[in-house]
Amino acid sequence: MDALWMIWTDPNMRWIVAGCMLLGLSSGLIGSYMLLQKRSLIGDALAHAALPGICIAFMLTGVKSTVGFLLGALIAGAIATFGIRWIAAHSRIKQDAAMGIVLSLFFGIGVMLLTRIQHSGDGGQSGLDKFLFGQAASMMREDVYMLAGISSLLLLLCLLLYKPFKLISFDAGFARGLGWPVARLEQLMLLLTVLVVVAGIQAVGVVLMSALLITPAVAARYWTDKLSVMLLLAGIFGACSGFSGTFWSSMVTGLPTGPVTVLSATIVFAVSALLAPQRGWVGKSLRQRRARQQWQQGGTAHE
Amino acid sequence: MSSDFWILLTAILMSASCGLLGCFLILRKMALIGDAISHAVLPGIAIAFLFSGGRDSVAMMIGATLLGLLSVFLIQWLRSSGVQSDASIGIIFTALFAVGVIIVSLNARNIDLDLDCVLFGEIAYVQWDTWTWNGTDMGPRSVWMLGFALMAVVILLMLFYKQFKLTAFDPALAAACGIPVMLFHYMLMGLVSMTSVASFESVGAILVVGMLIIPAATAYLWTDRLGMMLLYSVVAGIASSVLGYGAAYVWNASIGGSIVTTAGVLFVLTFLLSPRHGLLLRKWRQRRLAA
Repeated sequence: MDALWMIWTDPNMRWIVAGCMLLGLSSGLIGSYMLLQKRSLIGDALAHAALPGICIAFMLTGVKSTVGFLLGALIAGAIATFGIRWIAAHSRIKQDAAMGIVLSLFFGIGVMLLTRIQHSGDGGQSGLDKFLFGQAASMMREDVYMLAGISSLLLLLCLLLYKPFKLISFDAGFARGLGWPVARLEQLMLLLTVLVVVAGIQAVGVVLMSALLITPAVAARYWTDKLSVMLLLAGIFGACSGFSGTFWSSMVTGLPTGPVTVLSATIVFAVSALLAPQRGWVGKSLRQRRARQQWQQGGTAHE
Repeated sequence: MSSDFWILLTAILMSASCGLLGCFLILRKMALIGDAISHAVLPGIAIAFLFSGGRDSVAMMIGATLLGLLSVFLIQWLRSSGVQSDASIGIIFTALFAVGVIIVSLNARNIDLDLDCVLFGEIAYVQWDTWTWNGTDMGPRSVWMLGFALMAVVILLMLFYKQFKLTAFDPALAAACGIPVMLFHYMLMGLVSMTSVASFESVGAILVVGMLIIPAATAYLWTDRLGMMLLYSVVAGIASSVLGYGAAYVWNASIGGSIVTTAGVLFVLTFLLSPRHGLLLRKWRQRRLAA
């Protein structure tokens, strides 16, 4: 309880927690759309691809500037998605292998650049390895502003474009038939994903960012068949995970934020998979048992 | 000089076993399962570290292989309960990897395994981490582990080549012929986990994926025959190890990162120039047909 009070009273902590919760909320939202479009692992590829972008931005500017990192990661992410599509379209290599190739290649380049930066002994690089697993406590005030800005933009866009996003998630062909700019909308959605991933890298790290996109969305999917409810739930689950991640990593020294956030999201997922009324494991087994009993009783009654 | 020799030997052993297994992952469209396994072995390694109190290779191999198989099993289970396949991969491997990172960072003081090593490996220090048996120094431990993994891969592939081939191309026919498809599936997954652990220390968790997928994909664009694909894949892997090591030496960068980057460069070259499936030659052929 004291710890919770501390978070509330410490202004720095309050900002960071708010930022991480916003991040969880927005990644839950956009993750739900990605899940429905069966493109969950794109987030993983984008997050890994961001690393060389960040490194190059740092090498060019020589300072840790969030805007520079954002731009670098954005460009790298765009190249990565393009590369995946290109490989899958122009050779017999399938989408998943293309994703694996691009992801590991970009990460390899990133690691190469990262070690080069570290070996060159540049003064300001000390925090760069925090990008791998995230350390929310190291976020500056402007980082939090950035996070809040991106999240609000994303929330706004998701609200404004709810209807088109919904349609292309469920039936892109129909949307095309209605004359909507489906490709444009899909690109926009991908761009929003890149934004969330980049915004989240400082808090969660490149390695585990994809979990924040996937896990809350899948957990939410267990509870409902309605998109609006799913989006709301995924947002709430993401925000809760963000809160618990920052909370525990600030309580225990040496604990990176990312893994704790991801683990919290996984626990939410496990609870949903077990207990959700319609699709949960417990509910399903109970219904099956009841049906079997009914069938057996019915069978004897007829005889 | 001798340090170069051991580093190169480690890299070559690693790329050979990854190259062989990668072909089957590509053919069975399970490239991302390889990604998942190589992340999921981390908690196994961390737990083995905690229990054995040191770098006990056997404990690490067993722990990590079990975790790798567990992750495959969990992914399968989620998929059969109706979750999309890539989403289930994403949930399971991130969760297991998170558990591993938490174990490592909570015990950072007690165990000598830091996160950098987990991610990037420390192939440069291979020769100082030796295996002592009966008081005699037997040489670098990674070389032994990787040699063992490669031997297991080669022996099993040679024994069951026909079965692996058929399950890779046509699982339904294989099942109809009475081949225990699931057994071979899990055998392949077990081999991938074992290789991941053995390579883990030298190149790190994320780069193992690269070595599993990229050389095999390169080979896939060179040939239509499985036997040749296996050979090319190993050759591509070894070439990227040697060239990558050179690049790392010149640019003073991470060896693992350079090796994967070189593998990627080889892939891009193949993608453009391969005689049968290369982009440029195909375009050229199309143009000639049109003219």
